[in-house]
Amino acid sequence: MYEKSVTDLQRGLRAREFSSVELVESCLTRVEALNGRLNCLITVTPERALEQARAADKRFAAGDAGPLTGIPLLHKDIFCTRGVRTSCGSRMLDNFIAPYDATVVERLDAAGMCLLGKTNMDEFAMGSSTESSYYGPTRNPWDLERVPGGSSGGSAAAIAARLGPLATCTDTGGSIRQPAAMCGVTGIKPTYGRVSRYGMVAFASSLDQGGAMARSAEDAAFLLAAMSGFDERDSTSIDRGVEDYPAMLSQDIAGLRIGVPKEYFDQGLDSGVADRVREALAEFERRGAIISDISLPHAPLSIPTYYVVAPAECSSNLSRYDGVRFGHRAENPSDLLDMYKRSRSEGFGAEVKRRIMVGTYVLSAGYYDAYYLKAQKLRRRISEDFQKAFEHVDLIAGPTAPGVAFKIGEKTDDPVSMYLCDVYTTGVNLAGLPAASIPVGFSDGLPVGLHLIGDYFREGRLLNAAHQYQQITEWHRQMPRGIA
Amino acid sequence: MASANAAGHRLNMAGGGETVRWEPVIGLEIHAQLATRSKIFSGASTAYGAEPNTQACAVDLGLPGVLPVLNAEVVNMAILFGLAIDAHIAERSIFARKNYFYPDLPKGYQISQLDLPIVYGGHLDVTPEGAEKFTVGVTRAHLEEDAGKSLHEEFHGMTGIDLNRAGTPLIEIVSEPDMRSAVQAVAYMRKIHAIVRYLGICDGNMQEGSFRCDANVSVRPAGTTVLGTRAELKNLNSFRFVERAIDIEIERQIALLEAGGRVSQETRLYDESRDETRSMRSKEEAEDYRYFPDPDLLPVVISQDVIAAMRATLPEMPDARARRFMQQFDLGADLAGQLTASRALADFFEATLKAAGIDAKLTANWITGELAAHLNRHRLQLDACPLTAEMLAGLLIRIADGTVSNSSAKEAFAAMWAGEGSADSVIEARKLEQLSDTGALEQVVDDVLAANPSQVEQYLGGKSKVLGFLVGQVMKASGGKANPQQVGEIMKGKLVG
Repeated sequence: MYEKSVTDLQRGLRAREFSSVELVESCLTRVEALNGRLNCLITVTPERALEQARAADKRFAAGDAGPLTGIPLLHKDIFCTRGVRTSCGSRMLDNFIAPYDATVVERLDAAGMCLLGKTNMDEFAMGSSTESSYYGPTRNPWDLERVPGGSSGGSAAAIAARLGPLATCTDTGGSIRQPAAMCGVTGIKPTYGRVSRYGMVAFASSLDQGGAMARSAEDAAFLLAAMSGFDERDSTSIDRGVEDYPAMLSQDIAGLRIGVPKEYFDQGLDSGVADRVREALAEFERRGAIISDISLPHAPLSIPTYYVVAPAECSSNLSRYDGVRFGHRAENPSDLLDMYKRSRSEGFGAEVKRRIMVGTYVLSAGYYDAYYLKAQKLRRRISEDFQKAFEHVDLIAGPTAPGVAFKIGEKTDDPVSMYLCDVYTTGVNLAGLPAASIPVGFSDGLPVGLHLIGDYFREGRLLNAAHQYQQITEWHRQMPRGIA
Repeated sequence: MASANAAGHRLNMAGGGETVRWEPVIGLEIHAQLATRSKIFSGASTAYGAEPNTQACAVDLGLPGVLPVLNAEVVNMAILFGLAIDAHIAERSIFARKNYFYPDLPKGYQISQLDLPIVYGGHLDVTPEGAEKFTVGVTRAHLEEDAGKSLHEEFHGMTGIDLNRAGTPLIEIVSEPDMRSAVQAVAYMRKIHAIVRYLGICDGNMQEGSFRCDANVSVRPAGTTVLGTRAELKNLNSFRFVERAIDIEIERQIALLEAGGRVSQETRLYDESRDETRSMRSKEEAEDYRYFPDPDLLPVVISQDVIAAMRATLPEMPDARARRFMQQFDLGADLAGQLTASRALADFFEATLKAAGIDAKLTANWITGELAAHLNRHRLQLDACPLTAEMLAGLLIRIADGTVSNSSAKEAFAAMWAGEGSADSVIEARKLEQLSDTGALEQVVDDVLAANPSQVEQYLGGKSKVLGFLVGQVMKASGGKANPQQVGEIMKGKLVG
C-alpha cells in the first residue's frame, strides 16, 4: 500500500478497494516500524489520523469526497495544529500546544486529509541538516549515518521512507528543496504569497513560504493545489486564482526554454552532482526542451545577502519567546531580566542564538545602513537578474545543492560550510520565485536533485516540466535499501 | 508663578554680569487612541474596562505563527486627521517594527511607523484664551499599536499582565518645537483634543488614557536659535499635569543652567503627588530599537480618490465654526471660541438656538454660563447633561417673552436639572412667573414706600440713586418675580406724582 501514488490511492479509495482507515493504519504501522531509526517525526497523532480517516470514509460513502479526502498527511512541526504540540524543533516550544490551526492545516483538514504526525526540523527552521532540532537529528533513509538535509529534513526523510505519501514543508532559503534533493524526493516551494503563512511559525517573514513534498511532481501537484490560495489573515498572501496544477501536468514540453546559469556550476560543486544535473538536462532536451546558457551575475551574492536579511527578521520574530505568555520559562527567576535571559538561553539552541545575535547586530544603530540596507539593495539586484533571465527562458535549472547528503556531525562545527549548502537556493527566496527539486540520479549512492526555478506564479509550468521528466525516468521511484 | 518664567520673561544674572533671558522650547508627542471598534491589527474588541485578557485574541497575544492585518478604518481616521491639520497624506507609508523587550509587549516589538508616516507636514493656528495667536507645525502623525498593561499590585511580588489594550490603535501626533510656554503647549494640546473629537476619531477620554502626551522641553538664551538639550516628560494624561510638569521642568532646567550645570538628555516622569519631575533613564541607557520595515505588512497605498472621498466627509472644524458663529450670530471671539471648543457643545448651542428661535447671545450666555457651571460642578460631560437642547430652549423662550425674570430662570434651571420637568411645568409648579399684574405690583410698591420714608425723602431731595435700593426692596418682597423695569416705572410715577 505504501508504494502507491496519490492517484493510485485516490482510485483505490473511490473504488472502495480499501478504506481510508485501512490506509491510515498501514501508514501508522510503517511509522511505528521506522520512526525509531529515522527520527523523522517529533509527534505521532494516530487518534487524530484515524478519526479523520473515519470521517473521510463517511465522505466517500456519502459521495462527498474531494481529491485528497482520506489521504494520509504529515505536517512539518512548524504549522500550528490545534490541540497538538507545535514545537518548531525547539525546547522553547516543547510545551506549546497551539490553540489554533494554521490556514494550511485548516485547508487540508477541510480537504479530508488524515494527519499522521508532525515532522522533525531544524530548530525554528534554521539549518540545512535537521541536526539543530531539540528532538535530535533526523537520519537520511539512504544512509542512516547521514543527514536528510534541512530544515524540512523530517518531511523529506518521511516521504523517502514511504511513511506517508504527502508532507507539508517550508522553505526560507532552501529548506524544502535541499532536503528533497538529499532524500531523493520531489519538493516544491511556490511563489512567495501563494501559500498562507498564517499559523506557520515565522523565521524570516519576507522569505518564509510553505510548500509540498511528495515522491513525484504529480503527487505534489495535488497537495500544493489544496494548500494554495489567498488568505485574508496573511497580508502578504496574494489574491489571485490558483491554477489547476494536476490538470497542467500532461502538457507537452517541446519548445520549453530552460536556462542554465553558469554561476551554478562553480568550483564548490561536487562533480558527481554536476554530471547528474547535466544528464537530466539532456533528458529534457530529448523531450524537446531548448537548453541555453544564461548568467545571473549577482547569484554569488545570494548567501551573504540572505545571511543579513534572514537573521535580521529572525531576531525580531523570535523576540516573542520571552517566557512570559507561552513556551519555556526558566525556573525561579530572580527578576525580569533573569527570566528573559535564562528562558531564552535555555530555550534556544546554538544556531538560533547565533542568528538572533547576527540579526540584532545588523539592525543596530550604526550598522543598519552597512548591512541591512545594503542587503535590501542587493536583494533587488538578485531579483532583477532573474527577471532579465525570464525574458528569454521559461525555466532556470541547475543543481539544488552543491553536494550529496553529508555525515551527521560533519558540518556542525562550521556554520559557514553549512550555510553554503544553500548556495543555489537562497536567491530564489530573496526574489520570491517558485522552485522545485526533483531526483535525477545518484552520486556515491546518494540522491542528487535538479533545481528548477520558474517565474512568478508558474508553479503549474514547474510541475508540468518535472512530471514530464518523471514520465521518462525512474529516479523518483527509487526506494532506499533496507527500509522496504 | 512658574508660568511667568515659562513665558520667558524672567531676567536672570549669569556669570560675568550678563543678563540672560531664558526661552523655553517645547514640542509635544500626543498619543490619541483611535475610536475603532476592533484593534489595529486584529479583530478583537477595543472596549475599555473588560476583565483582564478577555479582549486579547491570538494575534494580540503574539502567539507563534500569527500575523497582523491592518484595520482599514484606522487609515481613514488618519487621513481625516491629516486633512484637518492641512497636512500631506503619504501616497505610500510603511509600518516598521520597534524592537524592545517588555512583559506587556507581546511580540517583543511594537508595530509603528518610522521613515514613511501616513501624515506629515501639517500645521495648526492656536489662540490661547486672552493671548496672541501662534502657529504650531505638525511634523508627522503616524499609526501604531498600543502595548498592554503591567499590573504590579495584588500579585505579591509578581507582575500581572493584561493584554486587553495590546493592539489598540493609536495615532501619534508629533509637533515641531514651536511652543514657548506651558500655556501654549496646553492650548495646542486642547486644540488637537478638540480636532480629534470633532472628527470623531478619538473619544478624548484622558482618564482612560485615550489621549495623552509626552513633552520635549528645553531652554535656551532668548534670541539664540540653537536648541538646548531636551528632557522628555513621559505620559502626561491631563491638561493640568502637562502645564504643571512643563513649568516645573523649565524651572529645573533654568536653575540647573544658572548654577553652571548642564541639562542631560533623558526621559523624566512627572510625579503629581510630589509635584516634581524625576529621571527615568538617560540617553546612555536609551534603547536601540532596531527599527526595520515590518515584513508582515504591505505598504499602505492611498490614492487621491480616497483622499477626496475622505475630504467630502470632513465636518466643519472648530476654527471655521467659530468664524461662522461670529458672523452669523454676531458673537464675540471669546464666546464663539468657547462654544466651539467641542463639537458636542457647538451642536448643543445650534440645536438650542434652532428650537428657541431667540437671540443668539442670550442662548450663548446661558450655555457658557449656567449650563457649563452645572456640568462643571457635577463633573459631567455634555452627553450626560440632564437637560436636552429642547428643554433649555423652552426656558430661554420664557426668559425672552418676559414670563420669568433672569433670577427666577436660574431657579427654574436648577429644578429642571434636578429632573422636575420642562420649563413651563417648573415655572407653573414653583410659581416663578413675573408679577406683571399692575394692581398687585402697585400694592407692593406702596408698602415699600410706606416702610422706607427716609429713603423716599432722600430721593425727593435729589438723590436719584436711592431708587435702586427701593426697587430692590420691591423685588425682594415679590420673591424675585417682579419685573424690575416695570417696578421702576411704577415707583417713579408714584414718587413724582
